[in-house]
Amino acid sequence: MFDHAWIIPALPLASAMALAVWGSRLPRAVAGLFGAGSVVLAAAATVTLALQFHFTPPLGHVVRTVLWTWMQVGDFAPRMAFYLDSLAIIMMLVVTVVGALIHIYSLGYMADDKGFSRFFAYMNLFVASMLILVMADNLLLLYLGWEGVGLCSYLLIGFWYGDAANARAASKAFIVTRVGDTAMAIGLFLLFTHLGSLDIQTVLDRAVEQWPIGSTLAIAAAALLLGGALGKSGQFPLQIWLPDAMAGPTPVSALIHAATMVTAGVYLVARTHALFTLAPPVQYAVALIGAATLLIAGFSACAQRDIKRVLAYSTISQIGYMFLALGVGAWSAAIFHLVTHAFFKALLFMGAGMIIVALHHEQDMFKMGGLRTRLPLAFWTFLIGAMSLAAMPLITAGFYSKDLILWDVWSSPLGGKGLWLAGCLGAFLTSIYTFRMVFLTFFGKANKEPHGRLGMSMAFPVVVLAILATMGGFMETPHSLGHTTFFSRFAEMTLPSLETPEAAADGEELLLQVIASATALAGVLIAYALFLKRREAMARFVASGFGALLHKFALSGCGFDWLYATFLVKPFMAIARANRNDAISRVYDGLAGVCYVMHDGLRLTQNGNLRFYMMGLALGAGIAIAIAVFL
Amino acid sequence: MTATIPLMHGLVLAGTLFAIGLLGLLARRNILYILMSIEIMLNATGLAFVVAGSRWNQADGQIMFLIILTMAAAEVAVGLALLLRFHHQFKTLDADAASTMRG
Repeated sequence: MFDHAWIIPALPLASAMALAVWGSRLPRAVAGLFGAGSVVLAAAATVTLALQFHFTPPLGHVVRTVLWTWMQVGDFAPRMAFYLDSLAIIMMLVVTVVGALIHIYSLGYMADDKGFSRFFAYMNLFVASMLILVMADNLLLLYLGWEGVGLCSYLLIGFWYGDAANARAASKAFIVTRVGDTAMAIGLFLLFTHLGSLDIQTVLDRAVEQWPIGSTLAIAAAALLLGGALGKSGQFPLQIWLPDAMAGPTPVSALIHAATMVTAGVYLVARTHALFTLAPPVQYAVALIGAATLLIAGFSACAQRDIKRVLAYSTISQIGYMFLALGVGAWSAAIFHLVTHAFFKALLFMGAGMIIVALHHEQDMFKMGGLRTRLPLAFWTFLIGAMSLAAMPLITAGFYSKDLILWDVWSSPLGGKGLWLAGCLGAFLTSIYTFRMVFLTFFGKANKEPHGRLGMSMAFPVVVLAILATMGGFMETPHSLGHTTFFSRFAEMTLPSLETPEAAADGEELLLQVIASATALAGVLIAYALFLKRREAMARFVASGFGALLHKFALSGCGFDWLYATFLVKPFMAIARANRNDAISRVYDGLAGVCYVMHDGLRLTQNGNLRFYMMGLALGAGIAIAIAVFL
Repeated sequence: MTATIPLMHGLVLAGTLFAIGLLGLLARRNILYILMSIEIMLNATGLAFVVAGSRWNQADGQIMFLIILTMAAAEVAVGLALLLRFHHQFKTLDADAASTMRG
């Protein structure tokens, strides 16, 4: 299986190509079979690969398969090659398994859309690009996948391009992530000029050999790569594109803007962790950015009205946790949270999608309510997802991953009490906005009557993910709760483990767990009090002066859109407008004018008169002969 | 020994034929005549090849003529088919009737 790993990205890629070429002529059933079938097969292949990797591990726990040399320019010869280690396999499992479930769900969700085959072509291309990204053996191939997922994200956010707002959201996502991608490209140039290679393992080995800890070059390289990661993962200060990205269809939000693409930044940092270890200030910045992002996004999520925007801010906030974990060196904890987050956030998006479909594309939570008895499947699965997101103790996957992060942040030599406090406050905010969402949507009085029945294709993936969002956490449990280390043992074949002081850990860990659980439960109670019991009081507070200001501040995502519009977009537009008719463009306008005049003259000769053409031919031949004879 | 035709006579004949064909091509409006003029021009070239080939005792000229002959046959086949379509479409053989293109 290891030698044939290329099949895994090739399947969705082939299906994407087939759908792009013949999609409009294929019947829906066939297009759906191609679209979802290819990803399901890829998932089956990945599971086989992972089982083989686990039970008969290859030498050094790494498989490299070289397909061909991509291009050869002097010493620069990047290869089409895959590097499979435990980190890559975890990512592949998330991408294909969650991807396959979301594709099956899309069969139902998109069933009546006229862009059905186009949707699956983009989705398959996305899965293929994402697989290339996580399997790549060199940074250039990784960058190919990186840009591929960016492109698919753009195409899918603007999937319903008939509405100008969707197209604007797509452009915004593309341009904002481009800022990070440019930094990352410069980072790649820097690595290549100083280390002479783009092969990830070679780069890391040489960096460790050549650069001392804290050297300027290491800091610059790590900071530039971090720029790319921040853009892609929607972290502060480039987080503004993710809430608007919710303009795409809900399965897109589930797959791209929750489970996989936005976690590519976390993967990149984990993949190049040696580089970040060489640059302690950058690594500390990762932790600070993570902490800041999770608080900003968590706070913003508390005021949103649109159910998908709550989930978007929540995604930003949860990825903030992953960055926080990366920043304190808890690499495998970050990846663990990535996995559980993929499960429960995809589940939440799918649940939200069910509600949105049942309510005729109503996304405002204040117009929902009382759906608990009317949409029981959506309610129970959404509740499981919400409990996992809010880290309800013991029974949810989110509890185990978030608790691991908080404990690592507390105990790591790179962490500290301040960061831990930020994480705890974030957990508190998380459970407030999560249960605000649950209470507003499913409880209270009914505002709108849902319609229709959900098909099997939508119900099945949601149930599977609900199981994963509950059981997924038992892969890794803390000392006080059985101490299973299945996940970290697997991940730490690739990633260094966090060295925590063993002494006095148990009592302290248990205490912190109790505090974290109590905060999460307190959040639920506050959400219950504010958004179910005393909704009128809350409405009055929002209507009052200070409350209105606070509400507006949170609703606008802490004003970052306004900040960028005022200080970047508007000045840029003003300069562009002022420069519209400068001297240089006059030169080019003049050139264009000359071309137009000449074009008009030549156009007269194209009069369709056969004998006129003959005359031209005869004259031309005559002149050519005359030149040949007389000159 | 039989008397040979001087080279110049053959070339003048070929040139005259070519000029007749070219004039017909430029002056005629009927597509059938245009096609016939092209045939005359092709044969004039062929004649020039044959004459030149016999002057230098080379077979190349005659081989070239065979090629021209084949090409002419193919050209006529296509030309006549076009002519039929043209007549079907415009109900006339006047080439100017088709000058509807405006650049």
